[in-house]
Amino acid sequence: MILITFDPLDPEAVTRQVRDPRHGAVVTFLGTTRNETDGRRVLYLEYEGYIPMAQRKLAQVIEEARQRFGVSQVAVAHRLGRLNIGEISLVVAVGSPHRREAFSAIAYIVDRIKEDVPIWKKEVFADRAVWVGSGEALHVVTPASGPSSD
Amino acid sequence: MRITVRLFALYRERLGADTLTLEVREGAQVADALALLSQRFPRMLPLVDNTRVAVNLEFAEPTHPLREGDEVALIPPVSGGAL
Repeated sequence: MILITFDPLDPEAVTRQVRDPRHGAVVTFLGTTRNETDGRRVLYLEYEGYIPMAQRKLAQVIEEARQRFGVSQVAVAHRLGRLNIGEISLVVAVGSPHRREAFSAIAYIVDRIKEDVPIWKKEVFADRAVWVGSGEALHVVTPASGPSSD
Repeated sequence: MRITVRLFALYRERLGADTLTLEVREGAQVADALALLSQRFPRMLPLVDNTRVAVNLEFAEPTHPLREGDEVALIPPVSGGAL
């Protein structure tokens, strides 16, 4: 199962996709949005994806994990759009007869997503925004109408 | 011949557009399309390190030959998932 969505992710629903009586282990990973980078406060994040290619690359990564670790079922859900701090951006669930393969497959899949799946993340600070991984010098943005004050 | 160019993340923001149509010569390769883009849209420069190119949803080498109607995407380093 592969899901790329602008809606909030439901880890329970993603995990259910890989439950199976043949499995002795189900491992679910959650990627969540962090409130700081290098000591500077992140206000919120924006994720953007090249959706048809991201779907295709996710399918390839899942197939790689199946072949390497023999895990039988994998589900991946990635959220796009604006995410506030502490929200879930990524859910990966793996079901396997045995736990070691499930743990290994999860680590592998999350690493591969960061290498090859065309989804980008922008961290928005009080005075600037940065596309993570671009190596771009920090560019200043006009503060948007901004997150609702809390 | 014509190709479609897709821009994402910082390239989309630099250019203020997510899709372009580009006229390239017959027999052009990925590298030729990049050179033409740099010439026509200097605001896109400099390309950030480790930018890759995808043709029709698969990563492609600079020597990959282009065909009429191809969708060519600039893929800056990805950062989805979690840190």
